[in-house]
Amino acid sequence: MVARARRRRRHEEGSVSPAMRALATLAAALLALVGPAHAQVRDTLTIGITQFPATLHPMIDSMAAKTYVLHMARRPLTTYDKDWKLVCLICVELPTFENGGARRVTLPDGKEGAEVTFRIQADAKWGDGRPVVAKDAILAWDVGRHPRSGVASGEGYRRILKVEAPDEKTVVFTNDRVTFSYNDFSQFDLLPEHVERARFETDPETYKRRTAFDTEPTNPALFNGPYRIAGVQPGASITLEPNAHWAGTKPHFSRIVVRVIENTAALEANLLSGSIDYVAGELGFTLDQALALEKRQGQRFNFEYVPSLLYEHVDLNLDIPAFKDRRVRQALLLALDREALVRQLFEGKQPVARSFVNPRDSIYAADTPAYSFDLARAQALLDAAGYDKVVNGVRQNAGGDRLSFEFGTTAGNRIRETVQQVLQSQWKRAGVEVRIRNEPARVYFGETLRQRRFQMAMYAWFSSPEAVPRTTLHSESIPTEANGWAGQNQPGLADAAMDADIDAVERELDATARKAIWARMQKRYAEEAWVLPLYYRSDPFVVPKWLAGIEPTGHQYYSTLRVEHWRPR
Amino acid sequence: MIRHAGARAFQGLVVLLAASFAIYMLLGLMPGDPIDLMASGNPLITPDDMRRLRELHGLDRPLSARYLEWLSALLHGDLGYSRIFSKPVLATVGPYLANTAALMLAAFALALAIGLPLGLLAAARRGGALDAAINAFAFVSAAIPTFWLGLLLIVLFAVLLGWLPASALPPPGSDGFWDHAKALVLPVATLAIVEAGEYARHMRAAASEALAQDWVRTARAKGASERRVLLHHVLRNALVPVATVAALGFGGLFSGALVTETIFAYPGMGKLIYDAILASDFNLALACLLMAAFLVIAANFAADLVYAALDPRVGSGSGDES
Repeated sequence: MVARARRRRRHEEGSVSPAMRALATLAAALLALVGPAHAQVRDTLTIGITQFPATLHPMIDSMAAKTYVLHMARRPLTTYDKDWKLVCLICVELPTFENGGARRVTLPDGKEGAEVTFRIQADAKWGDGRPVVAKDAILAWDVGRHPRSGVASGEGYRRILKVEAPDEKTVVFTNDRVTFSYNDFSQFDLLPEHVERARFETDPETYKRRTAFDTEPTNPALFNGPYRIAGVQPGASITLEPNAHWAGTKPHFSRIVVRVIENTAALEANLLSGSIDYVAGELGFTLDQALALEKRQGQRFNFEYVPSLLYEHVDLNLDIPAFKDRRVRQALLLALDREALVRQLFEGKQPVARSFVNPRDSIYAADTPAYSFDLARAQALLDAAGYDKVVNGVRQNAGGDRLSFEFGTTAGNRIRETVQQVLQSQWKRAGVEVRIRNEPARVYFGETLRQRRFQMAMYAWFSSPEAVPRTTLHSESIPTEANGWAGQNQPGLADAAMDADIDAVERELDATARKAIWARMQKRYAEEAWVLPLYYRSDPFVVPKWLAGIEPTGHQYYSTLRVEHWRPR
Repeated sequence: MIRHAGARAFQGLVVLLAASFAIYMLLGLMPGDPIDLMASGNPLITPDDMRRLRELHGLDRPLSARYLEWLSALLHGDLGYSRIFSKPVLATVGPYLANTAALMLAAFALALAIGLPLGLLAAARRGGALDAAINAFAFVSAAIPTFWLGLLLIVLFAVLLGWLPASALPPPGSDGFWDHAKALVLPVATLAIVEAGEYARHMRAAASEALAQDWVRTARAKGASERRVLLHHVLRNALVPVATVAALGFGGLFSGALVTETIFAYPGMGKLIYDAILASDFNLALACLLMAAFLVIAANFAADLVYAALDPRVGSGSGDES
């Protein structure tokens, strides 16, 4: 019976086979037609981000949203790639002392400087077809170093003493010192001389109000990347279209729309409703939101969590007597079970930090001391520091000084507030009381941290690959009333050895020797526990299954610097 | 009447001047300054940069001197530049104001169109099931948080049913009227539902009071139909107190609806004011807030005129004062 049925099925299959083949052929033909049509549907990519750039001028103000958008439309001379290595973008070859692209020179004041020569790619052009030339670099330097042009960070431009253009495509920079980052021009933005020079020279002080980047942001001559800005809806969206004069890999999408949806719940609704295709990892969901979304919609999107250079930590105000004792600081760290914290709250997606250097950074020292949770050792250290008497669950010393501190962070930041509660309960077991005192970001960063009016403070530091921590760890950067509360060394760290290493590492060109200094700094930072490292924040990328080519970097040179490689699978 | 209007206009100018001073000082008293916030997000900004930027943006000068400078420029018709947008304030505000006008006027009209008839109907059927249902709607709509209602509508109509877009602006390239109208449906509905309940409650109270008056009994005794009594006698009298509420609401329209704008990713005045204040963009915040204050004053003035039109006793100065 079964055998007969099988035969019948084979017979039926055999009998309809030609018809099925015809249908299959027809279906294949239809699919072939539908395929390209489907691909054409994918010729627009809508990205959701949570911030709108206030200005589009690359040098005025610093804003993540602006960087994210401009990376699609503009290319700097150099950048760090996804492996955190310095590479050329619009230059022909990365100049080094070894290949002759850079050389030491004696400056008029007798000091030693570095002369760095870049060759701009022959086919690099602005969107109006004019070539990218050395004069564009000279204008950028003129704007960047002018004290009243409104450029946010002028230090990099001021360190350049001279910019020369021996020919149209060659630009020679003379740096005022020799540092290991002599050939890093990732923050140096070229400006189209033929568009912006006259605007700048008319009146440098009002240039920021008359720059074409804000008065005519769709002028193609402003862009030298694979895309150009084709439309701006203030506060709502920015539309990009391919730059006809881009000589690199041809981008797939004929239109990219960057939509701004500040509320992350609304961002999620827009993603699920199809109003946007992709949420930028650099400026999109919070980690907890992405984790929750993955549980519900894991089959619709690819989720990737990329540890970034945002280093979450707890600052201790080193002016407080208890925190001057290294044993107390170390005990605070040993009393924390940070592994459990990141496992429970972040499903292990945000790695525990050992120091201010991210493990993905080439300068990371794997032998940096780690503090695993050890409550007994923490208690022993506190005993040794004299805080051996416990009254109402709080340790105190013979003088009656209690281990009780105010602990602040940014109010309304749900993740930080949750972490804060976990830390509070973990310290309580060691006999340390922390009283939570949170403030709105504006008050917290604008007053409390700035004027060092805190005892313990949780927030994040942002850096770049192999970033010298001069503004955060050097004693010259301690905010004081005398210096107008400038600087970001909020803990008040003044350590001669650390200062010396910061000065030395900047001038050390030999990579091996430099790495040794970095390792020494990380070891000292960890051993002294001036700052309590928590974890490195991760950027959650929520990418539709059909989209390929996005390479998260984890640093401030975003994935959009390789937007020309984004395409449907 | 002209003298009265002139006096009100003068009062309005004094109020605006006082408001500008108060707003400027309050903004100045806010902790921190924008350069600190900028530095907290950019490790490359050095102490020298911070000093230079403070001086460049005038943040190192006394608040009173900055205010007088702003006032002097204003008298010459110059609202100044927005620091965060690097654009003239008027050019910055323009698109946001237009967006807010479209959203808020539509929501205002819809709220009145829903709230007033419901209130009148509830008063006419006072004590009945319809009255109870309308009351329930009014209280629920007043109690419901805007952000929750907005998200609920997005999930229902944009995510589950896919009928309407989740954002209040159509995607770039879809610039037709219907694209815009379709995109505005959900935010307008969110705002209108919340406001309609309030108008319904006020209308019900005013109409109930009017229905108890002798002249309503007289109209009925003269044989007027219930429909005529409601629409020709009760409605006009009940509109007097409701007009005041509506005028006050109208005045607030142009300061935007921050929550709704945020949920529906709509660049309107509410969000602009919020951003300007947070970034200490004095020129922009002042212009926006003064515009809102001006509209409140103007709306109050308009309410006076509507009052007079609806109740001739107000305009003539006569009437029963007992």
